[in-house]
Amino acid sequence: MLLYTLQRLLQSVAVLFAVSIAVFLAVYSVGNPVDLLINPEATQAERAAMIAKMGLDRPVWAQYLTFLGNALQGDMGVSFVHGIPALELIFSRMPATFELVVLALLLASAIGIPIGLWVGLRDGSRGARMVMTSSILGYSIPSFWKGMVLILIFAVWLNWLPASGRGDTVSLLGVPFSFLTLDGLSHLAMPVINLAIPNLALMIRLTAAGASEAVHQDYVLFARAKGVRSKRIIRRHILRNILIPIITVLGVEFGALIAFSTITETVFAWPGMGKLLITSIYQLDRPVVVAYVMLITFIFVVVNLLVDFAYAALDPRVKLVENM
Amino acid sequence: MDASNAPHRRDEPMAVRKPLTDTPQRRAMLGKLKRRPSVKKSLIALLVITLIGLCLPFFAQQDPYDLTSFSVMDNRMPPMSESFDGMVFWLGTDGQGRDMLSAILYGMRISLLVGLVSTALALIIGVSVGLVAAVLGGRIEALLMRLVDFVLGFPSILVALVLLAMIGRGVDKVILAIVMVQWANYARIMRSSALSERRKEYVEAAHNLGFGTGRVMFRHVMPNSLSAVLVLATVQIASAITLEATLSFLGVGVPVTEPSLGLLVANGFDYLMSGAYWISFYPGIALLILIFSLNLVGDRLRTALDPKRS
Repeated sequence: MLLYTLQRLLQSVAVLFAVSIAVFLAVYSVGNPVDLLINPEATQAERAAMIAKMGLDRPVWAQYLTFLGNALQGDMGVSFVHGIPALELIFSRMPATFELVVLALLLASAIGIPIGLWVGLRDGSRGARMVMTSSILGYSIPSFWKGMVLILIFAVWLNWLPASGRGDTVSLLGVPFSFLTLDGLSHLAMPVINLAIPNLALMIRLTAAGASEAVHQDYVLFARAKGVRSKRIIRRHILRNILIPIITVLGVEFGALIAFSTITETVFAWPGMGKLLITSIYQLDRPVVVAYVMLITFIFVVVNLLVDFAYAALDPRVKLVENM
Repeated sequence: MDASNAPHRRDEPMAVRKPLTDTPQRRAMLGKLKRRPSVKKSLIALLVITLIGLCLPFFAQQDPYDLTSFSVMDNRMPPMSESFDGMVFWLGTDGQGRDMLSAILYGMRISLLVGLVSTALALIIGVSVGLVAAVLGGRIEALLMRLVDFVLGFPSILVALVLLAMIGRGVDKVILAIVMVQWANYARIMRSSALSERRKEYVEAAHNLGFGTGRVMFRHVMPNSLSAVLVLATVQIASAITLEATLSFLGVGVPVTEPSLGLLVANGFDYLMSGAYWISFYPGIALLILIFSLNLVGDRLRTALDPKRS
C-alpha cells in the first residue's frame, strides 16, 4: 500500500512536470515570449525593464527553471487586464464554477441512478430501450446550443428564468454562493440543468449496464434463493456493487465538468473560471491562461489520485500493489 | 476436385492462397451485422446524410459566400418569408440577409469535412501507435501507453481550447487540435485488441509459416482487430464534429470566412434575445441530427459486435 502510494504520488508529480514543460514550450516557442508575456501597452523603457527582470534574454532552460521556481511558489504572473496576480484572480472565480459543477453532479446522479436501475432491471423491454435511446440523444445535443434553446424557451418566450449572471449571493465562510437565495437559485437553474444533461445520460447508461449485469450474478441468485425480498436485494446487493464504478466515474466527471462548464458559463454569462478562461483567451491575457492550465492540471491530478484510492477503499477485490 | 481448389501447392504457403477479405472473424462479424436490421437501417441513414451533407451545397438556392447574391434589406426575416425578388427563405435569414437554409447546407459540409478528415488522421496515427506498442513491447510500449494515458487524462475540449488559443484559428488548426486529442483513443483500443489477437492460433500459424513480425501484425492481426476500432471511429466522428462546433462557438475554431454549423449558431446568439431564434436554432438542429445519427449508429454497432451478446 505504501509502495503504491509513493508510486502514484511520483507519477502525479511527473504529470505536473510534463504539463509545465509543455505549457512553457507552448508559450515560449509560439511567437516571441516578449510579446506574449509583457503587456503590449507597455512603453519601451518598461519593456526593457521587464525583459531584464523576467530574464527573457537568458537561455531557455534557465528561463524554464525560473518559471518552475515561481510556479512552485504560487507565482504565475500578473494578469495584464486585471492587474492582480493570475492565480488570485482564478481563485476568486472558482467558487462560482464549483457551485455549478457540484449541483450538476448531484442532480445527474439523483435522477440518473434510479432511472438507470429501473432500466437495468428491465433490460430489453420497450420502455428500457426508449430510455437508452433518449440517453444517446442526451449526450448528442451540443452543449452550447442546448443552453441557447433553454434561454430561448425559459427566458425569452416564457420569461420565467433570468438568462445570465449569478443573481444574489450569500456569503458562506467568506465565499459568495448563489444557491442560498431564491434569486440565486433562479439564476442557477438553467446552467445547472444544461451542465447536468450529458452527465445524466452517462449515469443512466452506467447504472443500467451495471445493474443488468449484476442481476445474473451468483450472489443475487443466492440471495433470491434465500428468500430475500427484491427491494432488499436491489438496495443491499445490486446497488452496493454497482456503486463502485459509479463513484469512480463521478470523481473523474468532477474534473471533466470543470472543463465543460467553460461552455455553459459562456452561454449563461456565469462568472466562473471557465468564462474567465475564454475572456482571457480573447484578451490575450496569457498569464491567466497559463495559470488556468497549471491549476486545472493540478486539480485533475489530485482528483485522479483520490479516485484511485477511493476505488481501492471501496472494492476489496482491488489490490493497489502493481507488479506483485 | 478442381485444381484451383486443391489444398495447397508445396512451394506456396496456405495463408497466401486464402484471401484476407474472407477471414472467419470477418465473416462472423458481417453475419452478426446482417442479423440486425436496425444496424443496416441506421448505417443507410448515415450514408445518406453524409452524401447529402457533402453534395447539398449544389442544391442551395444561394451562395452564402457571394456577397452579391443576398441583400441586407432581407436581414432577419422569419422562416417562410419571401424576398423582394420572390425567393422564399424557408428557414429565414440572418443579420446580413443571408438565406439560413443555404448557409446551413454549406456549414454542414465544413462540419462533416472537419469531422471526417480529423477522424481519419487520428485513426491512422492511433492505430499505428497502438500496433507498434503491441509489437515492440517493453520500454517503448510502456512509454507510448503512458503518453496515451496522459493525453486521455484531460478533457478533449480543454486541451483543444488551450492549444487553439496558442496557435490561432483556422480549419487546418482545428483539425490538428482534434487529431491531437483523439489519436490516443485508437492507440489504446488497437493495442489491447492486438494483444488479445496475438495469442490466437492463426497468428501462431502465420509465424510458423515464416512470416516476419511486421507482416503478421499488419496483414493478419490488424485486419482482425479493426472491429473495435471501427465502432470507436463512428462515435469519434460525432465527437470530432461536436468538438469543432464547440470550439467555433467559443470563437477559437474555424475562421469567419468558412462558417461551420457551430459558428452559425454562435452568430445567431446575439439575435436570440430579440426573438430572432431561427438564426441559431436551425443550424443547431442540423448539427444535432448529424451527431445523433452518428452516435446512434455507433451504439447499434457496438451492441451488434459485442462478443458477449452473440
